[in-house]
Amino acid sequence: MHPTDTQDPDYYHRVVDCQWACPAHTDVPEYIRLIAQGRYSDAYLVNRESNVFPGILGRVCDRPCEPACRRGRVEEKPVAICRLKRVAADLRDDIRDRLPSAPATKNGRRVACIGAGPASLTVANDLAPLGYEVVVYEQLGTAGGLMRTNIPSFRLPAAVLDEEIGYIVDIGVDLRLGSPVTSMAALLKSGGFDAVFVGTGAPRGKDLRLPGRDHDRIHVGIAWLESVAFDHVKSIGENVLIIGVGNTAMDCCRTSLRLGARSVKVMARKPRGFFKASEWELEDAEEESVEIVVNHSPTAFVIEDGKLTGMRFDRMEYTIERDRIVAERVVEEVVVPCDDVILAIGQDNAFPWIERDLGIEFDRWDVPKVDPKTFQSTRPGVFFGGDAAFGPKNIIWAVEHGHQAAISIHRHCSGQPVTDRPPRGVRLQSRKMGMKEWSYKNDYNPIERRLVPHVSLKERFKQLNIEVELGFDAEKAAAEVQRCLNCDIQTVFTAPLCIECDACIDICPTDCLTMTRPGPLPEIEQRLKAPRRSPEQGLFLSEPLKQTGRLMVKDEDLCVHCGLCAERCPTNAWDMQKSWIDIPHAEDDAQCRS
Amino acid sequence: MSITGKPRVEHPGQRRNAVGLSRRAYEGGMSTLCAGCGHDSVTAAIVQACFELSLPPQSVAKLSGIGCSSKTTAYFVSGAHGFNGVHGRMPAIAAGASAANRTLKYIGVSGDGDSLSIGLGQLGHAIRRNMDMLYMLENNGVYGLTKGQFSASADIGSKSKKGERNDHPPIDPVLLALSLGATFVARSFSGDKEQLVPLIKAGLMHEGFALIDVLSPCVTFNDHEGSTKSYAYVREHQQVPIATDFVEARREITVSYAEGETVSVELHDGSRVVLRKLDRDYDPTDRALALAYVQERSARNEHVTGLIYLGEGRKDFHARHQTPDEPLNSLPFERLCPGKAALGGIIARYR
Repeated sequence: MHPTDTQDPDYYHRVVDCQWACPAHTDVPEYIRLIAQGRYSDAYLVNRESNVFPGILGRVCDRPCEPACRRGRVEEKPVAICRLKRVAADLRDDIRDRLPSAPATKNGRRVACIGAGPASLTVANDLAPLGYEVVVYEQLGTAGGLMRTNIPSFRLPAAVLDEEIGYIVDIGVDLRLGSPVTSMAALLKSGGFDAVFVGTGAPRGKDLRLPGRDHDRIHVGIAWLESVAFDHVKSIGENVLIIGVGNTAMDCCRTSLRLGARSVKVMARKPRGFFKASEWELEDAEEESVEIVVNHSPTAFVIEDGKLTGMRFDRMEYTIERDRIVAERVVEEVVVPCDDVILAIGQDNAFPWIERDLGIEFDRWDVPKVDPKTFQSTRPGVFFGGDAAFGPKNIIWAVEHGHQAAISIHRHCSGQPVTDRPPRGVRLQSRKMGMKEWSYKNDYNPIERRLVPHVSLKERFKQLNIEVELGFDAEKAAAEVQRCLNCDIQTVFTAPLCIECDACIDICPTDCLTMTRPGPLPEIEQRLKAPRRSPEQGLFLSEPLKQTGRLMVKDEDLCVHCGLCAERCPTNAWDMQKSWIDIPHAEDDAQCRS
Repeated sequence: MSITGKPRVEHPGQRRNAVGLSRRAYEGGMSTLCAGCGHDSVTAAIVQACFELSLPPQSVAKLSGIGCSSKTTAYFVSGAHGFNGVHGRMPAIAAGASAANRTLKYIGVSGDGDSLSIGLGQLGHAIRRNMDMLYMLENNGVYGLTKGQFSASADIGSKSKKGERNDHPPIDPVLLALSLGATFVARSFSGDKEQLVPLIKAGLMHEGFALIDVLSPCVTFNDHEGSTKSYAYVREHQQVPIATDFVEARREITVSYAEGETVSVELHDGSRVVLRKLDRDYDPTDRALALAYVQERSARNEHVTGLIYLGEGRKDFHARHQTPDEPLNSLPFERLCPGKAALGGIIARYR
């Protein structure tokens, strides 16, 4: 076995599970430490560097970081990373003078972004400071895309959207509201742009073509939410059925309650455990007495005398083996009465305005062919990102697509091959302050996850836009930050210094460390002090040690970064070092070459 | 000294032993010894051995005197009984406790200063009486607490950190124990838990006095070039004539050993010590041979480690004095005190 190459930027990056799981690679432990120090503005800016919309994402992010969080492996619940992000946004000072600005002289390049959602806005955020003239075309009268039209204001207040979108517009981005692009050919021919970015999302909700479908009390979820957002729809019937159990369904059911519904049922085809909605969104809906009905497969809308009276379902039974459905059967047919049905079963991207003879190829599902690394279409200079590129994902993925597309656009405009990507890097710096003293809090704090307070059930339905979650106050945040394990403070081993005294092995609370003779990897894995649970987690192997030729082996899985191995090491062979994972953005790529 | 405590989190895959405890349940307080001290490894080996033997923590008594080594009783089995005595007097306290209650497992932890200088007489008599206890002598050749003067176990020619040479001959606790009739004599190395843990288990289950002299480097004052008790020197000069496996009672011997190469010794509770000869000419049940072997190897600057002598079956203190099985404090007063008439009879014998 070869010793582990810790210079590979991915090695230590993977140890920081939250940052590795975040599509935009937000340096989570770093901003959590800044919150701990009360440096909310700095925490906000660390966030903004990678995820651009901390206030928005601190409320509505899909939080891929939290299931990945190491705290969730040694205890039941992960750190409330998302809610801490909101703390940074809520408690920050005015940071406008610390935001990027555009240079006085432009670089003469023009970029068009179509659709003013998170992907396009990220492209604008990255390119405008480099001197690009960025024009954002938006068909609606407001910016934000689905963040504004599909996410109800009781989850994401308009003021938060306005402020963070405003930061980008204020760099000097030319935002053209109410300006739909109706022909890509025309834009390419006469727009005078060096590059075009398509960030038009996935605006077409999936329909459910069942008998009785053509009725005005049957709504398509995302279109209905948009109508609510723009005040076109202000009420709904007393009994509402939501078909589908994703996050859009959760927004539809909770919105219905605020528009006058008395009884809202979310009808799921499959049992719990197969739902697409995030656990916390399900919890929030159930807290508001939304009933989630499982194992109901819709078969028809029931229309009597021209009136929608209910919906017909097959009640299903499933055989589940190893978390997979292996057989299903219909038990009975039931009719559930209702006044309205909202369909929330998915959405697609749609490009009726892109002519098919422009060299922009579409596959057999009519989805554009987009390179997953460069985000370039088959026509050089035309890029896609966000839901428009690969179908519906989420905001944080859209932001990362925007970052990558911005790098590509910059390379395209400066005559560099877009397939050459700026490399990631890793930098390390010791956190040792003195004997048993580190410049991070290494004492494991056993407190449980703090709960975010909610507006009372009595109050919250009075108005559509009452934000339900109140966010952590400074005290709760100060407690929650102590749950972060500082996974970015790495255990760095220097083999030639080790005298094999066993001190680190003896003190490690979770038995991460083993000293063992060299051999093939599967054999070494068998000899670990504690069994290896997860092959996705890093396994560090040192060079052979001086005195016995054995190897120091570390299973990164359950390391709580308490630093006791380094405290007990008499020769500093173990040291605790902060890792910065350099994730290049367009700005870094530009600096590299200038 | 670690300022923070050891996090109370465990590997979810941690094994539980026969009494339902994880290894971490056998830990104690945080060590305040120097980083890298061999004694902390000995502590970890004791924790491991007690866990593997499934000892209920309250069935253990830990005793110590004064010195770096003697602090370590605070660092293991926090649920055990304990007594920290005056310098060099641990053997007397252990002897008293053991005499009064033979149901507990006694672990005495001492050092080369506590045992071979101020407490040499105490150690000698505990061996001679064959008290039923495990005596861990954490031996680093220096007085670490008083900044590294040579101790009575420093080898001739060994250099202090400042560069002075030791010219006094050492007291070797292994030779001392062999010559005073000890029934379990072992030497080991803090940096070799594969050897140390089975020895501790065997020593705990041995009936009578078990001595384990553990070479336990002082990383602050005696881990330099010229030291004969540094990590590097011990590793280079370790001589192991016998490898020791401990097999618990009622457990099959699953490892196959080559014919004629092993000696299996059954302990009083049915557990067995399997001794594998790494040196064909060595016999760990021959006291005279053991003495000669250790002396000869010491003259060649080698540290003989492993179970050097095992004389199972010799009467221990309890057998010789017919002490009761139950602790004295559980006996009714009438049995404990023979009464005025009986006392009068005893006194009359001396008139």
